[in-house]
Formats: sequence, structure tokens, C-alpha cells
Amino acid sequence: MHSAPPPPKTATQLLRGRATRPGQTDRTDEASVSAPTLAEVFADSPMDGAATGFVLARLRADQAGRKGATDKPILWVQDRVTRRDMGRPYLHGLAQAGHDRPILYACVGKAADLLWVLEQGVGCPGLGAVIGELWGDPPALDFTATKRLAMRAEAHGVPCWLIRRGGQANLSAARERWRVGSLQSLTHPDDSRAPGAPVWQADLFRARWRPPGQWVARPMQDGGLHLDHGMEQNAAPPEERTG
Amino acid sequence: MKHEDKLPVLSQTAQQAPQTGDKTAFDEALSVLRGALEADLRQLPRQDSPAARPAWRAGGDPGKARADRAGAATPAQREGRDRDERNPLGRRITAIHLPRFAMERWQKWAAGRNDAPPDDLPVALAVEGPHGPVIHATNRPAEQAGVHRGARVVDMRALCPELRVDYADLAGDRAALERLMLWARRWCPWTAVDGDDGLVLDTTGSDHLMGGEAAMLRGMEEELSRLGLSAALAVAPTHGAAWALARFGRVREVCAPDRLALRMGPMPVRALRLRGDAVQLLNRLGLKTVGDLAAVPRLSLARRFNRAELPDNPLLRLDQMMGRLAEPVSPPEEPPRFAVQSRLADPVADPSDWVPGLCDELCGGLAAAGMGARQVRLTVYRTDGEVSSVSLRLAQASRDGAHMARLFDGRLDRIDPGFGFDLITLEAGLTEPVDRVQTRIEGGSDDGTEVARLMDRIGARLGPGTLRSPALSHSHIPERAERWPHAPAGRAAATAPAGPDRPLHLFDTPEEIRVLYAVPEGPPAQFVWRRVPRRVARFSGPERIAPEWWADSPGTRLRDYYKVESDHGLRLWIYRDGVLGDQRGHMPQWFVHGVFR
Repeated sequence: MHSAPPPPKTATQLLRGRATRPGQTDRTDEASVSAPTLAEVFADSPMDGAATGFVLARLRADQAGRKGATDKPILWVQDRVTRRDMGRPYLHGLAQAGHDRPILYACVGKAADLLWVLEQGVGCPGLGAVIGELWGDPPALDFTATKRLAMRAEAHGVPCWLIRRGGQANLSAARERWRVGSLQSLTHPDDSRAPGAPVWQADLFRARWRPPGQWVARPMQDGGLHLDHGMEQNAAPPEERTG
Repeated sequence: MKHEDKLPVLSQTAQQAPQTGDKTAFDEALSVLRGALEADLRQLPRQDSPAARPAWRAGGDPGKARADRAGAATPAQREGRDRDERNPLGRRITAIHLPRFAMERWQKWAAGRNDAPPDDLPVALAVEGPHGPVIHATNRPAEQAGVHRGARVVDMRALCPELRVDYADLAGDRAALERLMLWARRWCPWTAVDGDDGLVLDTTGSDHLMGGEAAMLRGMEEELSRLGLSAALAVAPTHGAAWALARFGRVREVCAPDRLALRMGPMPVRALRLRGDAVQLLNRLGLKTVGDLAAVPRLSLARRFNRAELPDNPLLRLDQMMGRLAEPVSPPEEPPRFAVQSRLADPVADPSDWVPGLCDELCGGLAAAGMGARQVRLTVYRTDGEVSSVSLRLAQASRDGAHMARLFDGRLDRIDPGFGFDLITLEAGLTEPVDRVQTRIEGGSDDGTEVARLMDRIGARLGPGTLRSPALSHSHIPERAERWPHAPAGRAAATAPAGPDRPLHLFDTPEEIRVLYAVPEGPPAQFVWRRVPRRVARFSGPERIAPEWWADSPGTRLRDYYKVESDHGLRLWIYRDGVLGDQRGHMPQWFVHGVFR
């Protein structure tokens, strides 16, 4: 019955880890494994599913790159406005996106409660990831709150993704801040009139360990996330684009 | 004495024995026993120790209670306990008689409205009788003026013209008495309502926590008088005897088991808890006291009252009083097996300082017994005679005191402390056996304890229904294809169903869209959703999903789903509700049901 959680990293350890971070990440494979931390994703338009898809693809890519992929549950928290405007996560869709891990879902009314739940989840090493969906710019989501989330996520090794709809990119301590929107999807291999695999415009406008940039992202069938520049996307031959 | 057909005739000399001062062997034994008891009491800690240390409830000193609960009692101890349980006179029952409960409650209510009459004014409460209102309760001046219960109000008005009469609130009195019964759990875990004007408590093993039975009765009377209730109390080995002594005995009488027959002998037959008719019958037969009744041959009594119900049957009532017929105190719900309490010297309004200590003590006892709690309840006993409690559930049986104390963090605001409380109890309502679990060397364990604790914390702060764990279910209607049970649910294996695309987000209620430009086949070429016109660039479908005839109402229409992509790259899941000409309504409408990634 006694289960000691793994000792959280101290501030010194966190700083040292940051100093000796191995060569940032490979420029050639930017969607490779990244250390668990807090990242924010802003949806281009409030009713766009691209942000959720991007977060799930990143989670899957990180999970595949890390050793010992597990079936740890994902904590998914929405506030009530997001739930009303954007709907709830749908298991069948998640399964088609490659996520068959159990989900713990909570819908809360206030942003302060949502941040509290996120903080509790980030402090629980039994979770695989924590996803929070937040509407607008609540006053509770300030620099201190995001800093707490980021430090806690790094100390306990639980990635935390904050999906924000209809919000401004104000001051935040998130280590990566993305802006994601939908692009026209690829051509369906069998039906020219039908939408194919999704393509997103991914704009990393602030990052701690890598230079910002803009990419065209698309999820791979094997679970990865392919980032390429817009010109490459246009230049790529059509048979490769049907991934 | 036990197996005789007759009851012993109590001679006059036996009754007067204590007064004459004869030193019999029996009295010597009694004095020795009393001396031993007092010596025992001196060793015990005072109840109001300043530390307010958490202690186990219901009997035994804490260490012994924990040893008992751990199942570590030696066979000899267990045998002794069994013998005690079999002994019919082994229990100690306390009866509390509240002779003026309705009146005192009315007076408190009137004082709250600044309408209380002066103490020397006769007041009576009345209930509706078959021939007009009848007196139900009186205060002392009215009683002295001759107003008595059961008389008609008009007669009593003639007797005492200045009598003030109000209607009694019988249901309110009953509810108040039940609340008082819960509050009386401060003294022992087994309490029950006894008639309209009394409580009965099984204080076996609880009295020493309050300094012995005499001190316990004094304390009870004091605390009840602080609530404005006058009470008569008695302790006896049986419920019947305690009831009789509380009403007809001396002030705060304590009756030892061996003096039971002696004390009950001179009691009037009314003390047997009989109805008025039965009492009158016994009086006509010349049986005025319990001793008289006990002297009658048992066989004759049994033959005479063969078919009488319990409230009319003197023989059964006599057996209950003397302990020959078991009559346990039956509280509305069973007291919990694991409960600890902290008694405070002064009333306080915030229990948070005592919660960690209580949790540690409770978890220590649970660990010794190899159990874990699934539900814990913190109860505070307020000084104004009310009880307030907060309970929480745990996702996994736990005996981690720190975790438990943490769960109470935000919940203690919901306790209504009134004017303060002086007793806090913490009880494990639902317990399960819990095995020890080996933790991994790098920390953490494989049994999901951390996630269960996370669920506990979230449930404790945001409500137990907040956290859900969705699972797939067998249905092809999209919104029914998943269930949303509460979070501590068994993990269902989610297998990716092959088939057409499904959205990542599904709306709780599909949103209607306005079609701007319909085409005969396929989805609309242009539509308005959320006040923005959108043009369909590409689509796939339709996917026809028929209603489930075994679950849907007869008029439900089928749905044709399309995955459409607007010219801005927004991918939506829309459907048409029905088809034209299906005889189930007018023009089919279009709805958005989900958003793709």
C-alpha cells in the first residue's frame, strides 16, 4: 500500500539538465523525442480540430520515441465553454488517431479549477500525459500559473499540453508555444473528391530550446508527426504526399 | 434462580437490608468492587486532557482497542469477551428521559421570536383530540395549577383561566429528537430513540472514557441542560430497568447487575413500559409493584397474558427488565467498526488542526487490522445540539493518513460549525481488506495507486461525479458508441474499430446548419454554421446510420453522414436527419455533429 512517488527533481537538477541538454534536438528530425514539459497550442480559429490533432500526434510521436511505451492513462480536462463550443473528445476518433490509452476526463466550470486539476495531474507520475482545453484568456492563467505547471511537469516527467481557443498569446512560461490551423487536406488516394489525410499549418512562435519556425505538419500512419517547410510541401511529388 | 419456574419473592427484609446496615458478604464484595473501580479510574487519564489526543471510540483504552481490532487478542481474552457477550446482564444501558422535551423546544422557539412568556405564566401545548384540543405538554406553573396531560383544553381553561395554549409540533419534536439522538453519539456509538420523550444509549465500555458511570451521567445532564433540556438519567444492565430508573428512580441512579432485582422490586407496575390498560388491569388485580408481579407464579402469568402483545404483556416486559429476554439497543444504522474521536477542551469552529491526527490514528488501526477505507466521514458535534458531517469516498481502499488528511483540505469549509463544536469523530464507513504492495525500487507501484489518489483528490475538491472514464460500447449510433461512467471504473480495452473516419470532437447536441445552396446528391454546397457561411470544397460519404429500432422511438429518422471540408480547411462531420419521402416528417434538416482533426 505504500507507494512512494519518484522523488521530484530539485531546482538544481532541473537547471543542470537544461544546461547539458544534448545538442538541442536534431534539426533534421524536429518532431523527435522531447522531454516532458508544458507546451501551449493556440487554435487558429476557435472551432478548428487541428490543435487537438496536432497535440495527439505530438504525444504519440513522443511516446513512440521514448523507451517502454506504456498504457498510462491520459488526463483530459476541458472547461465548460470549450465543451459546449467544441464538443467532448470522441473515443472512436481518438482510436483512429492512434490513441487507445484509457482517458480520465473532467469538465470543470472555472479556469482556476482547471488549472488546479492540471497541476494535480502533472504531479502524478502514473499519468501518461495531461491535456487541458481552455477558452479565452482567464485571469487565473497568468505567468505564475504556467510557470508552476511547467516546473511541475518537468520535475515529475509528465507532459502537459494546453490547448487554447479564442485566446491571446499573453505572457506565459510554456516552453513551446504553437499556433496551429488547418490547411487543405491531401488528396484522398482513392477518391479525388474526398478529403484525405489532414495537413496543418504549425507555427512555433516561441520556444525555449529551439529557434522558432513555421512548418506544414501532417501525422504519419506509423504514429510520427512529419514537419516540413511549406515550400517543400509544395515541391514534394504527389505520391509522397498521400501519407 | 435462573431455571426456576417461579420468580423469587422479594421479602421485605431484603429490601430494607441496605438501610438497616447489615454487613453481609454481598455488601463487602460490592465495596471491594467499588474500591477497585475507583482505583482503576484514578489511573485513567482525565477526559478533558489539554492535548485533545485522538482516541478510539466505543470501549477499551486505545491500545487495547487497537489490539482487539487487529485480531491479536489472545484466546483467553477472546473467551472472556465471549462470556461477557453471553452474560445477559453484562451490558450497561443508559436511559435518558426528557420529561419536558416538547415544552422546552417550544420555549426555545418562542425565545427566538422574542415571544417567550415569563417563567411563572402557565403554558400548555395542545394536540387535536376526538372532542377538541387536548393538552400535550405543560410547563411547571401549569402543572402546579392542575393542568395535566390528556385533559381537554376547555376544561383546563376553566381550571386555570390565564393558561396560554399553543399547538404542539409533533413531527418537529420527533425530528428534533432524532437529531438529538445523533448528537448523543458523542457519548457512545449505539444510540436510539426511545418513545416520544427519551433516548437510550448502550454505554457498555464507553463510560470509562468519561470518568466512570456516575461522572458520565453528571456530564450528560450538564450538557443537556446547556441545550436547555431537563433530563432524568439512569444506568442499568437492561433497557427496561434503565427506563424505569430514569422515570421512577433516584436522581442519576446507577444500578449494578446484582442489585437489579432489589431495585426493581419496589417500582410501580407503570415502570414496566406497559400501556395504560394493562397497568389498570394489574392494579385491579392488586399487583401494584414489580415485586408483586414477580411474586406471582410465572405459569399463571403466562397463561393469563398468553395472547397479549409486547406493550400489554407484563411477563415479557418483566423478562426484558430482568434481562431474561434480550433487548439490544438498535440504532438506525450500524455503528462503524473503525472510528476515532478527539474531544476538545473548548468549542472551536475549525476542525482542520485535528484532522491529520485523527487520520493517522484511524489509519494506524486500519493498518493493524489489514484493512483500508473506501469511505470516511468526519463528524463534528456542535455545542447547540446538532451534528454536522462531511464524508468522502476513495477510489481505492487506502490507509494512508497523509493522503486522507489531504482530501479533507477543501471540504472542511462545507461543515457548518454553528457556535463551535467540542467533539470531532472520524469513522471509516466502508472498509475493504488491503494487502501490502511491494513498491518498485525506483519508486511508484504498479497497482495504479497514484492515479487512484489523483482521482480522490479531484473528486474531493470538485465533486465525486466530475471525473469520468469513457469507454466504448456496442452501438453504431455515434453518441451511443461510448459510455461515460464515473472514473473509478474498470479499464475497458479500447480497440480501434475499422471503418469510416470518426471525428476527434463530438458535440453533445448536434448543431443545426442553414443550407444556402442545396444539391440533389451529397451535402449542401454552401451552408451557414455559427453565422459564418461556408463553402464545401470536398466531401466523402454518405455513411448511412439507421436508428436502433429496439432503443429509439418509432418516429426516429435515419441519418446520412458526410465528412466535408470547407474551403478554409475546416473538416466537419455533418449529417442529414432523414430523407425526403420517408413519411417521418417534413424537409430533412442538416446538423453538424463533430469536428475532425
